[in-house]
Amino acid sequence: MNNFSPIPIDDYVETAMGWLTDTFSGLFKAVQNNGEDLMNGLTSLLTAIPPFVFILVVAVLAFVATGKKFGLAIFSILGLLLVYNQELWEELMQTFTLVLFSSLIAIIIGIPLGILMSKNNWVEEMVKPILDFMQTMPGFVYLIPAVAFFGIGVVPGVFASVIFALPPTVRFTNLGIRQVPKELVEAADSYGSTANQKLFKVELPLAKSTIMAGINQTVLLSLSMVVIASMIGAPGLGREVLSALQRAQVGNGFVAGLCLVIFAIIVDRLTQSFNKKKY
Amino acid sequence: MGKIKIEHVTKVFGKNTSAALKLVEQRVEKTAILEKTGATVGVYDANLEIEEGEIFVIMGLSGSGKSTLIRLLNRLINPTSGSIYIDGQDVTKLSKKQLQEVRRKKMSMVFQNFGLFPHKTILQNTEYGLEVRNISKEERQMKAEKALQNAGLLPYKDQYPSQLSGGMQQRVGLARALANDPEILLMDEAFSALDPLIRKEMQDELLELQANVQKTIVFITHDLNEALRIGDRIAIMKDGQIMQVGTGEEILTNPANEYVRNFLEDVDRSKVLTAEHAMVRPKTINIENDGPKVALQRMKEDAVSVLLVVDRHRNFKGYITADDALEISKRGYKDINTILKTDMPVVEPTMLIQDILPIISDSPTPVAVVLDGRLKGVLIRGVIIEALASSTQEVNEHE
Repeated sequence: MNNFSPIPIDDYVETAMGWLTDTFSGLFKAVQNNGEDLMNGLTSLLTAIPPFVFILVVAVLAFVATGKKFGLAIFSILGLLLVYNQELWEELMQTFTLVLFSSLIAIIIGIPLGILMSKNNWVEEMVKPILDFMQTMPGFVYLIPAVAFFGIGVVPGVFASVIFALPPTVRFTNLGIRQVPKELVEAADSYGSTANQKLFKVELPLAKSTIMAGINQTVLLSLSMVVIASMIGAPGLGREVLSALQRAQVGNGFVAGLCLVIFAIIVDRLTQSFNKKKY
Repeated sequence: MGKIKIEHVTKVFGKNTSAALKLVEQRVEKTAILEKTGATVGVYDANLEIEEGEIFVIMGLSGSGKSTLIRLLNRLINPTSGSIYIDGQDVTKLSKKQLQEVRRKKMSMVFQNFGLFPHKTILQNTEYGLEVRNISKEERQMKAEKALQNAGLLPYKDQYPSQLSGGMQQRVGLARALANDPEILLMDEAFSALDPLIRKEMQDELLELQANVQKTIVFITHDLNEALRIGDRIAIMKDGQIMQVGTGEEILTNPANEYVRNFLEDVDRSKVLTAEHAMVRPKTINIENDGPKVALQRMKEDAVSVLLVVDRHRNFKGYITADDALEISKRGYKDINTILKTDMPVVEPTMLIQDILPIISDSPTPVAVVLDGRLKGVLIRGVIIEALASSTQEVNEHE
């Protein structure tokens, strides 16, 4: 059937990757070294905090953020104590660093990109398929360029996580701004607002809850990359899961997985509780 | 030259605008243009002149292009062709920056669904127009609070829009527009979302406001009664075209075409009939010449029991009754001044019948129609009811 030889897409991609790696090697190296230092620094800082203090802070935060309800606070205390009890505290902090960094970078890139998309139909048409690509491409595939650019360790892990976790923030920002009622946009325009005034005084505040939902998704997606990123040497709970998998240790795998779930639930509920309407 | 002047303004929605525009110039119909080019004509070669200080109502059913037309004035929608002059300045040619200035200083808009920002308090909403002009916080707060004070909403200033009723929200919308002190108010179906009683209240408030501040108001509505109630002049739109412009009176008595005539059929007649339409020729007696004998004679002739009393210049003086005239005639008095009664209600010829109805139903006597002191006619209960029941043609005959 196949009378045509395969188009060498793989070769093209490899050539492109090789060119990128060579050309920007200095940049990648700098990012790798500084990123590694920065994240290790943060992890050491977090581990330096006595776990009980840390747990208490999280519990208080949960209590306040959920509107003075005890549910999440109690869950946080019990859950985090369990992690501590399983001697996975340091791994948890490493995971926390990874998730924090990749989420922050995804948000910093994602929100402006989403705003741009909402303002320009052409940009929306261009970016949408790219986002589809980013979300449907298996997460493992991102590990390959990540390793090529940054070697192994936490930085390529963050890189892969950012790519995987970016789309929801972009999409939800775009959606949130486009969903601002037309009459309110007209009201803003009719009073002579500049584009920036309209964006910051009307559109972003009204899109806030939608954007927050996107950020919540981004955080959870970057959490789900933790295990995958451990395959290229990113430290944390993911590495425990991976090593349990490699040694077929069901018990260890379950414990590490459970700790991840506990962490995910706390993060999810906390980010959601920042999204309560006040009006 | 008027405050606002619209010249040959056309708005075409869709892709094939230039082809559609050519067809508009050839006076091809809107539906035919849609068929040929796929473009929808929102406003079709509109020409209007709006005077300073008037309430100009643009009326039409949904899809008539009235909301598009008002948005062309502040360029929320850009016209496809034509010119729009505000104080002689063509707003279609303004740069972005100049347009912002015009929007900030010259005109403010009030929206059908109020257009209040749900995340801002009432005060913050009212301040918005001033805020975007970068006016200092103290000054804008002062102005906004004053506007809210005038609307009677100052106590609610820290609430959010969702905590207020519809009528109150629209008062905030209006206060927000007025806080900016614009020369022109654009009101897009501003009262349509309110229930009828609140709506009437708001109409009254607008009229009262207009009497005090004298803005140029462009008011969009689909409700003819509303148009007649508040409009100094009215433009009727259909399919993006302006069918007729005139005062309510002119349009009612002289509909330009069949469409306008049909449109007018559902008007509540009492709201447009004035005293002038329903009054009849009064039976009078001259206070300077005539005595009770003449009066009695005349009452007998015309089969009435009341005569209106005037002087030789037809200045209205009062009325006399048959009983009183008979009494003094028996006693031999000549002067009807002694039996003159002055408690007859007096109205002006332009007063609306709906406003006269309560007066006449409370009064035992007919109602005199007087202009500048002169007696013009008299309103009798039965005649008013008959006028209310009659058709347009008959109203015209009363003229």
